[in-house]
Amino acid sequence: MKSLHRLLAITKKEVRQLRRDRLTFGMIVGIPVIQLLLFGYAINTDVRNLSTAIADQADTHLSRQFVSELRETQVVNIIRRVDTPDALVELLRRGEISVAVVIPPDFERRVIDPDRAAVHLLVDGSDPTISGVARQLQAMPIAFDTSVRPGRRDNIEVRAYYNPERRTPVNVIPGLMGIILTLTMMLFTAVAIVRERERGNLELLINTPVSPAELMVGKVIPYIVIGMIQLALILLVGDLLFDVPMRGSLADLYLAAAAFIAANLSLGLFISTAARTQFQAMQMTFFVLLPSILLSGFVFPFDGMPPFARYLGEILPTTHFIRLTRGIMLRDATLLELYPELIALGAFTAVALTAAALRFTKRLD
Amino acid sequence: MSGEFAIEAHGLSKHFGDLKAVSHLDLKVPRGQIYGFLGPNGSGKSTTIRMLCGLLTPTEGSATVLGTEVPGKAHDLKPKIGYMTQKFSLFGDMTVLENLQFIAEIYSFPTADRAARIDELLEKYDLVGQRRQLAGTMSGGQKQRLALACAVLHRPELLLLDEPTSAVDPQSRRDFWANLFRLAESGTTIMVSTHYMDEAERCHRLAILDRGVKVADGTPQQLQATTGMHIVEVLAEDPYRAQEALDRAEHVASVTQLGIRLRVLIPEQLQDPAALVRDHLESSGVVAEVRLTTASLEDVFVAVTMPATEEAP
Ligand SMILES: Nc1ncnc2c1ncn2[C@@H]1O[C@H](COP(=O)(O)OP(=O)(O)O)[C@@H](O)[C@H]1O
Ligand SMILES: [Mg+2]
Repeated sequence: MKSLHRLLAITKKEVRQLRRDRLTFGMIVGIPVIQLLLFGYAINTDVRNLSTAIADQADTHLSRQFVSELRETQVVNIIRRVDTPDALVELLRRGEISVAVVIPPDFERRVIDPDRAAVHLLVDGSDPTISGVARQLQAMPIAFDTSVRPGRRDNIEVRAYYNPERRTPVNVIPGLMGIILTLTMMLFTAVAIVRERERGNLELLINTPVSPAELMVGKVIPYIVIGMIQLALILLVGDLLFDVPMRGSLADLYLAAAAFIAANLSLGLFISTAARTQFQAMQMTFFVLLPSILLSGFVFPFDGMPPFARYLGEILPTTHFIRLTRGIMLRDATLLELYPELIALGAFTAVALTAAALRFTKRLD
Repeated sequence: MSGEFAIEAHGLSKHFGDLKAVSHLDLKVPRGQIYGFLGPNGSGKSTTIRMLCGLLTPTEGSATVLGTEVPGKAHDLKPKIGYMTQKFSLFGDMTVLENLQFIAEIYSFPTADRAARIDELLEKYDLVGQRRQLAGTMSGGQKQRLALACAVLHRPELLLLDEPTSAVDPQSRRDFWANLFRLAESGTTIMVSTHYMDEAERCHRLAILDRGVKVADGTPQQLQATTGMHIVEVLAEDPYRAQEALDRAEHVASVTQLGIRLRVLIPEQLQDPAALVRDHLESSGVVAEVRLTTASLEDVFVAVTMPATEEAP
């Protein structure tokens, strides 16, 4: 009972201090919104001059006209012409081009056939931006084709190579959720405790009957709530401005987020036991944040990374959370289906929390 | 809670790597007294206090604090001690009242008496007008009073105060000491570290620390009686030249300038120290008034912290 009261006293104090700390308070709201706007609008800017190769196997008047119209869109920059689709795949694989256009020999017949696509566009689907652009191209009408053919929507069929999931710009926001929570949760916790140390208050606190567990848990509770608020904020802005779908269950998403927040707070606590100054805490946070951005599958597709980077990525909570959010929000997966990711987050939390508790003694040496 | 000593330490040592911050310290602090810990910066005062409250693990030795073994069950000790850190740990972004309320909650001070106790402390430590002020915006003296109020809120048996007066003005220091005496009278044992001589003189007992070693302890009177030195006061028109003349002189253990006066320490076994000093000054052509006087605590401090090599034969 006394223990609970002490814990609540710590929480109350933390909330009180947070309320007066305008900068941190601003960051709670500011970081998610600004990041979301930055990333959200950055992915909406139209992409131009994608390196493109064409295999025009038809080589007719119509196909040449199509190619010149394609060029006029300025979205693609035709840098190579090859003879076979195989050569295109090879170029795509080597990364020399991002988009490949195949115009089959029977192009003219296909154009008037409602069941078959006239042109094949092969895109490097591992880059979410490029698959977004492919969508744009897909909708491009073939101008000369004025006849109305019911049941026919697209002239070009897109096959997202290397990416059966079809990443779209929407893909970025579920990932960004992981990055934002990593940054804020880890930083806030680490700084919250290191600040006490820096100001000499930790020396006072550990000389009171407060136990390390009471201190750590009490300090972390407000940040769990803050994490949940940030999540709601991201979902709201994502929905209002970017129309991010929420195909799975919201409850699942919040459960996943709770596991993820716990992992980050544990890591923040661990950092706080190692850092002596707020600046050091910040450095250590970024030491974890950078790989979380780069190796979690947020920026680069996870499967495309070398094995070593993949192993590193598997250690990071963000990797698992991004899989969870993409699964739940975009593919309507349930938590049960994604349980390995939850287990990974739980294991991470257990290890980090144990390490933090072992390091955080009520001593100074 | 038996035993006449609040703190008993035996051979307490703390090493930080090669640095021996505290070496083989023996201490006996009687209950209900103000025990001073005098020493220059870096002499190991804070380190000792931290070992006594269980914040640092001694490299060697042990201590019994209020009947509890240290290191060991420091946890049982926490509710019984009040600790004021060197930095006046306070929550600067909380008000005076909030700071006190937080401390009351942390120590599980009975809820029914909480408000009354806080009012009493605000009154006693002259903080009534500041109750809604953020602690961080207060003056040094006010912060110090709040830190003391926080340290005594739960009515600890033992108060450990680490250089509580090093950042406040003389008036605040006097008021602070008046408060300490009041607490001691009501039965609280107080251990206070300081580097001010005048504060050391007010303690019931004190220990002098020098580079981690206790070089003397006892009541101020005992210490003054046992310096092992004659104290000769020199009043010179040109104290700088007088000091120069005496620094080089044989049998002079130490010369300290205090304003226009010099205090010269001569080993006790020498006869007629005043004449000796007078002779030295005359031979250097310095005009000065010379007289024998009694030891102040400062002289004691100088005498006991003197490097061994300079000690007279
Ligand atoms: N955590 C620590 N690590 C290394 N050295 C320390 C540590 N704490 C204190 N010291 C050193 O121990 C010596 C005694 O320090 P301290 O007890 O703070 O002295 P005082 O309080 O008398 O000024 C100093 O030389 C100081 O630099
Ligand atoms: Mg000190």
